[in-house]
Amino acid sequence: MTGVLESLFGSVFWSAVIKVVFAFAFLLLTALVLVWFERRVVAFMQNRVGPNRAGPFGVLQTLADGLKLLFKEGIRPRRAEVGMYLAAPILAMIPAFLIFLVVPIGAPIHIGDTAVTLQGADLNIALLFVLAMSSIAVYAVVLAGWASGSKYPLLGGVRATAQMISYEAAMGLALVPVVVLAASRLDPAEGGLGVMSFAKLVELQQGSFQALIPNWFVFALAPSFLLFFTAAIAETNRAPFDLVEAESEIVGGYHTEYSGFRFAMFFLAEYINMFNVSAIAVTLFFGGWLGPGADLPYVGWLVPVFWFLVKTYALLFVFVWIRATMPRLRYDQLMAVGWKMLIPGALLWLVFFTLVQGVRTLGWPSWLEWLPWA
Amino acid sequence: MGMNAATLLALSVLQRTALFVVVMAALVGFVVMAFGPALAGFWVTLRQMLPGHRVTTQYPEQKRVKPQRFHGRHVLNRYPDGMEKCIGCELCAGVCPARCIYVRGKENPADAPVSPGERYGFVYEINMLRCIFCGLCVEACPTEAITMTQLFEMSVTDRQDAIYTRSELLMNPDGSVPHPQPDSVLVDMGELLKADGWMRATASSGRAAYEGMTAWTPTLGVGVRPAEKGQSVARRPSPDARHPEDGESEWQAISADDDQESGVGSRESGDD
Repeated sequence: MTGVLESLFGSVFWSAVIKVVFAFAFLLLTALVLVWFERRVVAFMQNRVGPNRAGPFGVLQTLADGLKLLFKEGIRPRRAEVGMYLAAPILAMIPAFLIFLVVPIGAPIHIGDTAVTLQGADLNIALLFVLAMSSIAVYAVVLAGWASGSKYPLLGGVRATAQMISYEAAMGLALVPVVVLAASRLDPAEGGLGVMSFAKLVELQQGSFQALIPNWFVFALAPSFLLFFTAAIAETNRAPFDLVEAESEIVGGYHTEYSGFRFAMFFLAEYINMFNVSAIAVTLFFGGWLGPGADLPYVGWLVPVFWFLVKTYALLFVFVWIRATMPRLRYDQLMAVGWKMLIPGALLWLVFFTLVQGVRTLGWPSWLEWLPWA
Repeated sequence: MGMNAATLLALSVLQRTALFVVVMAALVGFVVMAFGPALAGFWVTLRQMLPGHRVTTQYPEQKRVKPQRFHGRHVLNRYPDGMEKCIGCELCAGVCPARCIYVRGKENPADAPVSPGERYGFVYEINMLRCIFCGLCVEACPTEAITMTQLFEMSVTDRQDAIYTRSELLMNPDGSVPHPQPDSVLVDMGELLKADGWMRATASSGRAAYEGMTAWTPTLGVGVRPAEKGQSVARRPSPDARHPEDGESEWQAISADDDQESGVGSRESGDD
């Protein structure tokens, strides 16, 4: 058994195939659980019970809904641009799956002499890759809105263009201090390589400060995390920034004219993206899969995965919590938050943090040595 | 460079822990002071997750107690001797705002009368899909023949089945009430016997002086239903400043309102 696994994961091709299939299945399963999780939590916060009939505690409710959508008729508006109308849901799914491939969900497992990393690919530019993929996800929304040939989807698409692009700037800026901090913690012998690799970023958060606080980036970069998380909520079109699909204003926004499984694909992509940004936030700020107990016998290899999921679901709970608490912003407020608060805030924090890091690594410049704390 | 790692290391574990607690408390305090009002809403939603906040009734496993005057499906009553109360007058059909009742009266056979009157309703149909359960038919009926029960589980898979005919509405000779789907898990046949709620809760002839007195006819199986209790409870103290005393009657309050309104009206007409 071990021999077979070792030879399988020793082969680049087969290990890639196994990882991709696993990631696909894992994400679909996660989306199913996540929809149920959100509905239950929101229901509890609204003094309701939520789905509790299909399966134990209603966990199979999403599966039932999904099967129902699968068998429904896919209605296509006559005035839709057929090619793009059909491509948009697929375009929404692909970046969602690709982003997940660079996230390490656990410590590398050693089978014999082969080390199997629990991530699709350890890109050395993973951070840029994630930002690029989340930009591509905007296309799905915009194209769906435009290709539907209907007014509400078009309005949703136009809103998505402005919202997602402006919040992406804040998101990118919020992540630069992470790279700066990672570079300062990196071993100089490695020549600065890997500051954007997620596996490396998790590794850099190992250990703890004075055996009290883990070396997670969030303690040094709390403003970065808050900025990133706010931008991520807008980027995934979640309340209170869900103007792209605001039911009370523009019906369903970009997916108004989608039905059946094409709608389900948008729906799945939205929830997978939610999981993705939470997973990225955990990887960048909360130490990824790091946690105690990884040296336990037999189940040791599962413990990092457990910590990763616990942290990710804690953040997802915050997502849901925010949705249950905050009302939707007005459109001009949304733009104001993005351009007048998040982007200037991210820039100020970036300048401040870079200065602090510069002083820490290079010492105070000579013309500032008169300062009492220099 | 201020307090560096070396000075921190010189502290004992207890001192480090105390320092950590103080710093964290200061941070939390700052956040609460700065964003408290904005973050207060998060506690509102979070505390709803504590046990004891659910208000959902798990229907159909749990059912709520229905009010006595519940407007459920109709039943056609019989007198204790088995005679039908309906006399085929068609007043219910005439008053029905949804036009969902169809009645046809017929002369009672001289040798075997169906109702104590001249005629009886030999065709009686209610289209439950059109019915708005307003209860006007119950009010219009001169013989208390049609009353409403507390049963509302009447879903059907065929529109034709939603038209309840005489055989489904009329009380059986033994006092039980028929239902098209008696085996359905949702149907509580006991609720079909809880009729007359409207009558029992209303003073006879609509006059307060007769409150609590029964003036209605007995029904097969249940006899004369008692009057609903608690109709003459003293008025609750009103939060409205106009009625500071409990003793003041509703009538006085209404007449005082009338005076004010007429005063306003006369001023407006004077301006014109």
